Amino acid sequence: MIEISHVNKWYGPNFQVLKDCTTRVAKGEVVVVCGPSGSGKSTLIKCVNALEPFQEGQIILDGIKVNDPRTDLPKLRARVGMVFQHFELFPHLRIIENLCLAQEKVLGRSHDEAVARGEKLLERVGLTAHASKYPAELSGGQQQRVAIARALAMDPIAMLFDEPTSALDPEMISEVLDVMVDLAHEGMTMMVVTHEMGFASKVAHRVIFMDRGEIVEDALKTEFFGSPRSERAQQFLSKILSH
Amino acid sequence: MNYNWNWGIFFEPAPSGTGSYLDMLLSGLALTIKTALLAWIIALIFGTVIGILRSLPSKTASWIGFGYVEFFRNMPLLVQLFLWFFVLPELLPRAAGIWMKQLPNAPFWTAAIGVGLFMSARVAVQLAAGIGSLPRGQQQAATALGLTTAQGYRYVLLPMAFRIIMPPLTSEFLNTIKNTSVAITIGLIELTGQARAMQEFSFQVFEAFTAATVMYLLINIVVVTGMRFLERGLAIPGYISGK
Repeated sequence: MIEISHVNKWYGPNFQVLKDCTTRVAKGEVVVVCGPSGSGKSTLIKCVNALEPFQEGQIILDGIKVNDPRTDLPKLRARVGMVFQHFELFPHLRIIENLCLAQEKVLGRSHDEAVARGEKLLERVGLTAHASKYPAELSGGQQQRVAIARALAMDPIAMLFDEPTSALDPEMISEVLDVMVDLAHEGMTMMVVTHEMGFASKVAHRVIFMDRGEIVEDALKTEFFGSPRSERAQQFLSKILSH
Repeated sequence: MNYNWNWGIFFEPAPSGTGSYLDMLLSGLALTIKTALLAWIIALIFGTVIGILRSLPSKTASWIGFGYVEFFRNMPLLVQLFLWFFVLPELLPRAAGIWMKQLPNAPFWTAAIGVGLFMSARVAVQLAAGIGSLPRGQQQAATALGLTTAQGYRYVLLPMAFRIIMPPLTSEFLNTIKNTSVAITIGLIELTGQARAMQEFSFQVFEAFTAATVMYLLINIVVVTGMRFLERGLAIPGYISGK
């Protein structure tokens, strides 16, 4: 589904953020990307839907080359859902309008169709009662669930999560993770940047560990948590699991 | 001070033969409003386009925006009006120059366009600042949903940016109204022009300019009140000025 091969990315002439990153995510697979801050994990998943350009290598998404100038990027991006650390709901639109905007403007659905789909997804994330509120009237956890619903409304073939729980109060993390766990169980293809190792051990198939722009470890979940091969990953795990 | 106050002067017939002095001032007021409104529309349209250009990542676009803004904001308004009114027709091919000079209402059109372009540079800078103040993730979220750059601006960035810059925009609207008085130098007999004419005919300089001042004050109060209502109407519940 997602094939990342030999991706190199620089900021400016000297600072390399991604170093020869290669991995793949199969259909229905849940891959967790972890690593210390600044290791390039967010940058890597933003390359997948071309939010960030990269200079070398290639990424193929459902058979379409992302970094081909002839690729219709808006159309491609519409097929991949993305959830951000800071939710990024559109503050001037009501919750239901947040869900409808891209359905109508990008997919060309009628307003009624979009509202119906939006309401169904709001019900799914348990926020039906909030449809006509504005984002600022919701808690962080609720906003993030809306953001997931907004992405799902586009009927994506895969979902990218960029630290979806990092900006949340601890008590709101689980309500967001629950939605993500459900998605994973339904067979959604997911690439998740997160520090939530509980989530990783529960639903991930594979774990990618990054450090300084490199993919240091790319292993099945059991291998990664059981006996990480690299010393760097061992250190990382012992630190975040012991706190 | 040896001055004969005569507040009844407004109801005396003016030598222009079109009614009282008050009628003279009121016709000036009407022209001021007409000129200011057209100038403001021009300022908003051009300011929006240039403001967007200045916020785009493209080097060419931001250079165009930069050049435009610096051209219009670094020359005194008076000089700009002279340039459009006296110099431009001379620079054009002879026929076009003559056509321009013979346009009916040339001072009106020159003033509206001249003041409008002058103010558009200021609107552009404010709009670019408003767009720049939005979290970067907003644009990324719009892009990730498959919206094109134009759609992202239209549905996500501009609605928020304009709300944020509403207070300074109100000031610019007021400045536009006051700046139309500079057009007296190219022969536009707007409110200030009529006040001066009244003073020349009647020698009642204080009455004339007091009345003009009160009229400027009244238009500006209307504008401030109108903008306040607009601001309140567009306020987002739970966000910035929203309640």
